[in-house]
Amino acid sequence: MSVSRRAAWAGLRSRAATKERAVTREARASERAGTERAGGSVTAAPETAPDAGPVQKPPLIKPAVRKRLVPYWLLLPGILWLLIFFAAPLIYQASTSVQTGSLEEGFKVTWHFQTYWDALSEYYPQFLRSVLYAATATVLCLLLGYPLAYLIAFRAGRWRNLVMILVIAPFFTSFLIRTLAWKTILSDSGPVVGVLNSLHILDVTSYLGITEGQRVLATPLAVVCGLTYNFLPFMILPLYTSLERIDPRLHEAAGDLYARPFTTFRKVTFPLSMPGVVAGTLLTFIPSAGDYINAELLGSTDQKMIGNVIQSQFLRVLDYPTAAAMSFILMAAILTMVTVYIRKSGTEDLV
Amino acid sequence: MEERHEAESLSPPQIAAIRRSLTSGRMALTRRSLLRAGGAGAIAVGGLGALGGCGIPPAGRTEVDNASDDHSAEEKRINFSNWTEYIDVGKGNRHPTLDEFHRRTGIKVKYTEDINDNVEFFGKIKPQLAAGQDTGRDLICVTDWLAARMIRLGWIQPLDPAQLPHAFTNLAKSFRTPDWDPGRAHSYAWSGIPAVIAYNKKATGGRKVTSVSQLLEDPKLKGRVGLLTEMRDTVGLTLLDMGKRPETVTADDYDAAIARLQKASDRGQVRRFTGNDYTGDLTKGDIAACMAWAGDLIQLQADNPEIEFTIPDAGYMTATDNLLVPNKARHKRNAERLIDYFYEPKVAAKIAAYINYVCPVDGVREELAKIDKALADNPLILPDEEMVAKSHAFRSLSSKEETAFEDKFAKLTGA
Repeated sequence: MSVSRRAAWAGLRSRAATKERAVTREARASERAGTERAGGSVTAAPETAPDAGPVQKPPLIKPAVRKRLVPYWLLLPGILWLLIFFAAPLIYQASTSVQTGSLEEGFKVTWHFQTYWDALSEYYPQFLRSVLYAATATVLCLLLGYPLAYLIAFRAGRWRNLVMILVIAPFFTSFLIRTLAWKTILSDSGPVVGVLNSLHILDVTSYLGITEGQRVLATPLAVVCGLTYNFLPFMILPLYTSLERIDPRLHEAAGDLYARPFTTFRKVTFPLSMPGVVAGTLLTFIPSAGDYINAELLGSTDQKMIGNVIQSQFLRVLDYPTAAAMSFILMAAILTMVTVYIRKSGTEDLV
Repeated sequence: MEERHEAESLSPPQIAAIRRSLTSGRMALTRRSLLRAGGAGAIAVGGLGALGGCGIPPAGRTEVDNASDDHSAEEKRINFSNWTEYIDVGKGNRHPTLDEFHRRTGIKVKYTEDINDNVEFFGKIKPQLAAGQDTGRDLICVTDWLAARMIRLGWIQPLDPAQLPHAFTNLAKSFRTPDWDPGRAHSYAWSGIPAVIAYNKKATGGRKVTSVSQLLEDPKLKGRVGLLTEMRDTVGLTLLDMGKRPETVTADDYDAAIARLQKASDRGQVRRFTGNDYTGDLTKGDIAACMAWAGDLIQLQADNPEIEFTIPDAGYMTATDNLLVPNKARHKRNAERLIDYFYEPKVAAKIAAYINYVCPVDGVREELAKIDKALADNPLILPDEEMVAKSHAFRSLSSKEETAFEDKFAKLTGA
């Protein structure tokens, strides 16, 4: 190893550590000496070695260690956040779900896994209903959101920003207020119900069991409408970003190859927008499966979803283990469904 | 030295190769997978340990040191948590009665409207009170069943009657002896909340709705009946309709009432179980008839003449909201002075005129008549003898009963 290199390392190390000024000065001197004797005379080595020796061992490792640690330092805030606000509550809830007791006597861990089975067998209708409503809302969001996202991405021209603002604008109002607005829109004496009624559409939907009598509110239809409306932007935005990335020349190329517009869409646009579709469906399905506001405000006793059960067990009944167990079952169910879905749709580049 | 020697013997490309391998090559993979395996093991072991180590300690406090170090003398302030829109409001969103209290005593009231729902508020303050810590609130206002639970858990400080001369003399007779706080040792009533039957004349087509039976059975009201999410009000009114007394309800009575409600719900008679949000539905006519809270009705009637109410012949339920001083509150003396102040008839009249719920203070009639004659004659604010006789309260429940009853009621409401 050449002296100059060794000396340079010593300099590097000294800059980093600044432990002893003497060492620094020494190293700088040797560095200068090293550069002066650019050829690297062998006689200089014994001079610098005894001093630079102990300083020299770390340079091999130190910068590397520091460099390796940088990502962890950068990750630290995120990891702390995860630990405090995700891992800790998760463990706490997991523990709660296997405890038994009461508020007054306290709850003790008794590994009572029976709670899970009891919760599942007692409340499976609400579980199934949540999945069904969330899935329906997701499909509706996709059907409504895709054309709109397509329009914004390819056809809106100078109106693009305006339409984007229209999509995002509802976020400026609170979730609760937006849901309550639907109570006015779908009110029994309101225009929507009036029109549906005079067209006898309500008779059909009533026969299908998605509305009841001459009303829309407090029926499954109202809850699904609310879910669809509230989570629609979460579908449109990822769809838009993935559609917007598609090179329009691909469409021209498809046209040049005699593809009809529909074929172009089926073979080119849609496959390329798959990441957006998957992200959008996940962003819609997951929160709507756990939602309880819509079922609470727009539904009746037969439309309660699993979120309502968890809320009432936690706050009203004070049966913390059952509530925690249901939260876990919901989480596990969603994780399983999402994993299967991602595997099936084969979208690895889901970011 | 050994290491250095080794390191020296490697050529720079070799070192670079090793480094590459460490960071992105096979070595890295090994390290990562090792970490992964180790991490999984640690999580499994640590997780189980953590799970076992957790546990929720008993929430009840039995120690005697719950009394606060009272800082009332040197700190002339008090933190008062109340429900939204539950006190008089004057110009600039000030509260004239609280300003008057400040003028008179020099004690500044920090008034916070942070109670929206009993169960949510309980969830919010439970951790501190269960751990025996100060909640930062000197005076809170909660509904009787929650007050009962908190007193049962030992979270509430007993009040000093010597500091409450007005409150002691002026508390109305019907509020004096709740079964959950004998002799009002821990609490004073803020207001009474009658639960009665309300209907929208336009939506019922001019029909009167006079009983719970009619709510639950009249086919003309099918799908347009609202019941309350407050278990004691809904089940209490149903029990009264069945000729049972909510004051002495047994588990069998309770089950019978739930079964009756369930039948109505299954038939599609009941549209929804609501909290305060029934007011909008009733005004619009989506709900034609419902169980409702009297104070809301006075305000609703002022806006919409179609709204009517009935006091069922079988009787009605009255809940109370109560002022409590939680453990470790820093300004207990100040809180007691404020409670006493609220029991001066003049002050009570001002508040009653604004909130329109039953005023628990004797001698308010003249003062209220000065403000508004109609309000003073309204039996929903100042009940007469006959009204008082019809009023009922739900028996206070033990912790076990409460959980069982709430669970059955939750199933009735679908969750």
